[in-house]
Amino acid sequence: MNKLISLVSGIIFGFGLTVSSMTNPAKVLGFLDLFGHWDPSLIFVMIGAIIVSSPFFFLSKSKRKPLFAQSFSIPEAKKIDTKLIFGSSLFGIGWGSVGLCPGPAISSLALLNNYSLAFIVSMFLGFLLAKIFN
Amino acid sequence: MMIVNFTPLSAFIGGIIIGLAVVLYFIGNGKLAGVSGIANNFISSKINRIDNFLFIIGLVIGPIIFSIFINDEIPFLITDSFPLIIFAGLLVGVGTRVGGGCTSGHGICGIGRFSLRSVVATITFILTGIITVLFIGTI
Repeated sequence: MNKLISLVSGIIFGFGLTVSSMTNPAKVLGFLDLFGHWDPSLIFVMIGAIIVSSPFFFLSKSKRKPLFAQSFSIPEAKKIDTKLIFGSSLFGIGWGSVGLCPGPAISSLALLNNYSLAFIVSMFLGFLLAKIFN
Repeated sequence: MMIVNFTPLSAFIGGIIIGLAVVLYFIGNGKLAGVSGIANNFISSKINRIDNFLFIIGLVIGPIIFSIFINDEIPFLITDSFPLIIFAGLLVGVGTRVGGGCTSGHGICGIGRFSLRSVVATITFILTGIITVLFIGTI
């Protein structure tokens, strides 16, 4: 059942990214172009997703269990440290360079283009490189 | 500043759909749908490798289903500089792992569960993204 949930969640997630045009790097760069030609759409994507999901996250604080797992897995890290700021800054620079972040990059593979593929391969390489810092 | 190409309705509806995916993954499998974490676990860990792979495959199937509905091409406009794309991919890979999340993990799930850590991370990557666009420019 976990496998089916993973697949269906991925499909719905990818569908939502496409509906909101977040699979288009130009659209995302428009959001980051605050001092030029600004497109605030991305904020509305985040607000929509947060409004729907936020109430459910508080289920994990009660004694309830997920439908098909023993327990909820929630990251325990609470510290705001240099690693968080340094890593998020590197991510922001990469994101602002071409307009792709992990979700939309993977979804855009559906459009069969070499740009997404090159990005994904380097991103996975980056995951492995990160082990040096961690 | 000039506001252009603003599509609040489709953005909001798309966001709600993404939120539903996050909810399904959370109440079903008990996990947060952070894409960089799922993709990283797929290559780095043997635990639930097939589950993580299926989520990734789902992300690719989503746009295909959408294109059947609208019967039109999905817009995709990106720089044609491969060196810049590779540079960006490396930074996104390293940065999301060192920072512990990306737009979905910190920006949606983290803020959704009121994690101060994720709020700080999200503000950081949006600000550095804005500064980067200020210097490099859009496409």
